[in-house]
Order: sequence, then structure tokens, then C-alpha cells
Amino acid sequence: MTADRSAAAIAAIRINGVDCPVPADPRMSLLDLLRETLHLHGTKKGCNQGACGACTVLVDGERIVSCLSLAVQHAGRSVTTIEGLADQHGLHPLQQAFIEHDGFQCGYCTPGQICSAVGMAAELKRGVPSHVTQDLASDHVAFSPDEVRERMSGNLCRCGAHNGIIDAISETYAEAAE
Amino acid sequence: MTPFDYSRASDVADALRMGAGVQAKFLGGGTNLVDLMRETIERPAALVDITGLPAEITERDDGGLVIGAAVRNTALAEHRTVRTRYPVLSRAILAGASAQIRNMATVGGNLLQRTRCSYFYDDAGSRCNKRQPGQGCDAIDGFNRNHAILGASEACVATHPSDMCVALAALDAVVHLEGRGGARTLPLVELHRLPGDRPDLETALQPGELITAIELPAQPIAARSTYRKVRDRSSYAFALVSVAAALELDGDTVKDVRVALGGVAHKPWRALEAEQALRGGKVSEAAFRAAAEAELAHAVPLSCNTFKIELAKRTITAVLGELAGAAR
Repeated sequence: MTADRSAAAIAAIRINGVDCPVPADPRMSLLDLLRETLHLHGTKKGCNQGACGACTVLVDGERIVSCLSLAVQHAGRSVTTIEGLADQHGLHPLQQAFIEHDGFQCGYCTPGQICSAVGMAAELKRGVPSHVTQDLASDHVAFSPDEVRERMSGNLCRCGAHNGIIDAISETYAEAAE
Repeated sequence: MTPFDYSRASDVADALRMGAGVQAKFLGGGTNLVDLMRETIERPAALVDITGLPAEITERDDGGLVIGAAVRNTALAEHRTVRTRYPVLSRAILAGASAQIRNMATVGGNLLQRTRCSYFYDDAGSRCNKRQPGQGCDAIDGFNRNHAILGASEACVATHPSDMCVALAALDAVVHLEGRGGARTLPLVELHRLPGDRPDLETALQPGELITAIELPAQPIAARSTYRKVRDRSSYAFALVSVAAALELDGDTVKDVRVALGGVAHKPWRALEAEQALRGGKVSEAAFRAAAEAELAHAVPLSCNTFKIELAKRTITAVLGELAGAAR
């Protein structure tokens, strides 16, 4: 949670482990910085108004929509995009699960879905309740398909791959949640 | 988006100094303001980023809570004390927006978000008195299914979009402000204005004034409280009608009650008439329905939203019934 906010760090945004200069024009969204300046085209521009979730990335581990976020606000913070999830050993387990469960057709929403699900798993682990959580007082939220559907409602898939997406997320995270 | 200067405030004094310009705006998570700037409906000359201001939730000795304006919506919804002592507030926040947006949006920004009336957003093709005073309102005779049934005017029928504010209205929340004239407090229900003939004036804030915190007074009644939101799909949609309520019983008698409505007016609507009708009376579905009838007696439907009146009555009745059932 506590990002390094020293003067040197504030001059840059750390993106997938690499420091990038903050754009001179404060109008640039984090999404446009990723795609237009850094050519990280994994993060997608769908609606550009926060409705579809295709541009979801992780900032200091928390999922946000990069289209409604000015890049300059992220000085000193650490951003992870879909390009930053895999390591040298291969795909992130959730990426592999999306392949195995047909969690996409055209693939346009997929990077946002996967980044969102990674953020969602951390929220579940922390015990963050959702709209469908019955017992607000409990520290533990039981993993269920209904919880996943509600928590992933900010990511739309117009191909209709939602069932495969829920299956992929459930396989990857259900056991860890128990 | 028109050009603007960006600065980041490190404390409240810093923010007030930076925000003193006539066309400056404070920037929280940006989830509404950045969108409106992209549509050129908002054209600030300067943005003062206040997300670095204290984002703490402090418990007072008397049991109340003070919530810093920069606290993110998720952080407030997941806070242990809020979940157990003010569940209506957790429920309301979790019913709003998406998880991503709740992670970004600040509490202060949530209070100041603007209507999602599609005519307000349509800068190129629609008339809107909120966007341009005196221009006229295309919503009144347009597609106004989502619009207001209480407290509207001939100038504006827009609704306030917040879920969180509906819970805060029910909880007697107090807004802490700081400006050039010093610090002051304002009940949440007095922060937002009804449209009247100046729908462009949405709040009681003075120019350059900053919301620094929201205070929740100790409210034992709030431990039994909930929020119900009725919308066109079950997640990630604005309310057609929503109800925040808390109920305290003494046997079969209503000892105390709080009711507020969302999706029906230009501001979060505290249902004082319904509360008055219920307080001291016997608990029954008929009593809940009568209270709802009393509150909605002054409702005025538009061409596409007559359904909202009955929907509001039924939702109030159902939520109070749920709370009464849980109490027994």
C-alpha cells in the first residue's frame, strides 16, 4: 500500500517494473500513456468512459480503470498491466486458465478481465465484502460463482464468454480462498 | 479536453491556496470529473489533486466516525466499524459503480459527482439548464424514465446519482468544510440543493471551499440498517429507486426510524414524512405502506417514470419489513 513517494520516485511512474517519465501534458490518461507512448497495447480502449473495464490495470496491486485516470496522478506509483503478469517461467496461472476454459472469443476484453480478476482475488483475500455478501460482519467471504459475477461486473464481454471467464477465475482462485 | 494546470496538494492549507482561482477544481479519483472534462462539459483551468490529503477513518470516543474526504470508497465500505455499526453505508457503497471505480473514487468526490442525465451529457445536441442556465430542458419532454419524481422544477428534473449519499442522509452525516473564511460544518442533507430555477447551483459550497471530512454521529439505530437498490440490471447500474433505512423497535412499537431515498430527486432525499408517520406507531406492513404513501404524496411523475412512485412505495415497505423481520 505504501508506495515510495520520495522526490526521485515521484518524477516517474513504475510500469511493469520499469520507471517511465510522467507525461508533460496532464491531460494524458494512464491508458493513453500505456498505449500511445509506451506501446503497451495489451491494455485496451473500449468505451473510454469507465463503463466496460477493458482498460483495467493494477496500481499498487489495486484494480482501476486506466481510462478515467490521469497519468500524472500515478507519479511514484507502481502499475502492472497484462504484459507484466507473466514471469520468465511462462503464463500467469489465470492466463493459462482462460485458455483452458475458453474465457474469450475475440480477446478484446481479456487483458482487462484478467487484471481485474487478479485485483479481485486480492480483495477477496482481504475480506472485502460485495453487494451479494450476506454477512457483512464476517472477516471471511466465501468464494462462490455469485460473488465472482458481482465482483467482475465492471468488465463486460460482448462475445458472451462470461461463463468461461467465471470458470477460469474459479479454478484459479477458489482453492486459495478456502 | 481543454488544457489545464495540474498541481498536487500536500495538506489542506496547500489545497485551499492552490484552489483559490475562479476556475480551479479539486480532483479526487477523477471517475466523474475526468469523464466530464473529456466531454468538455467541465473545463477547469486548474486541477488541484487532493488524493494525497489524509485518508483516515477515525473513531471518536463517543462512538462516532470521522472519515477523511480522500478515503477511497472501497476503504470505507470494507472498514470494520462501518460494516458492523453502519451496515447501510457499506451496503450503499457496494451497490454503486464497479469494483474498479470504487477503488478510485474518493468519499469527497462521491458527494460532488454530477447527474448522469443524458441530456446534461449531450453537449452537442441537447438543451440543459444545468449545463447552460436559461437554455431550457430537453429531459422534461424527453426520455425521462430515470428522472426525478420529488422536488424537481420546471428548469430541471435530473437526479443525484450517488448511493453512498443516500445512506449518509439517513445517518444524519455532517460534512466538514474548509475555505478562505475558515472551517464550518453542514448537515449532509443541506449540502445538495433542489434545482429550483438555478439547477447549475448544485451544492451549498462556497467558491474554493473544500470538503475535508464526513462525520457520522454515534447512531445505535444504525446497527440495524440496510440499503436496497432497484435497477435495470443486478449490478453496475444507477438506481431507478433506492432506499436506505434503519429501524429500532420496542416490542411491536417503532421506537425510532430513518428512511432516505435515492434515484428520485436532485439530492439524496431524507423521507422525514415517512419517519414521522412511523415513529411511536405499531409495526405492520400496513403502517409501512401508509408511511410510504405519506412520503410519496407530493410526487409528480414525468411522461416516462410514473412507475417510480409505486416502485418507491413498495421498496420502502419491503425494506422496513425486512428490518422489522430481522428485529424479531
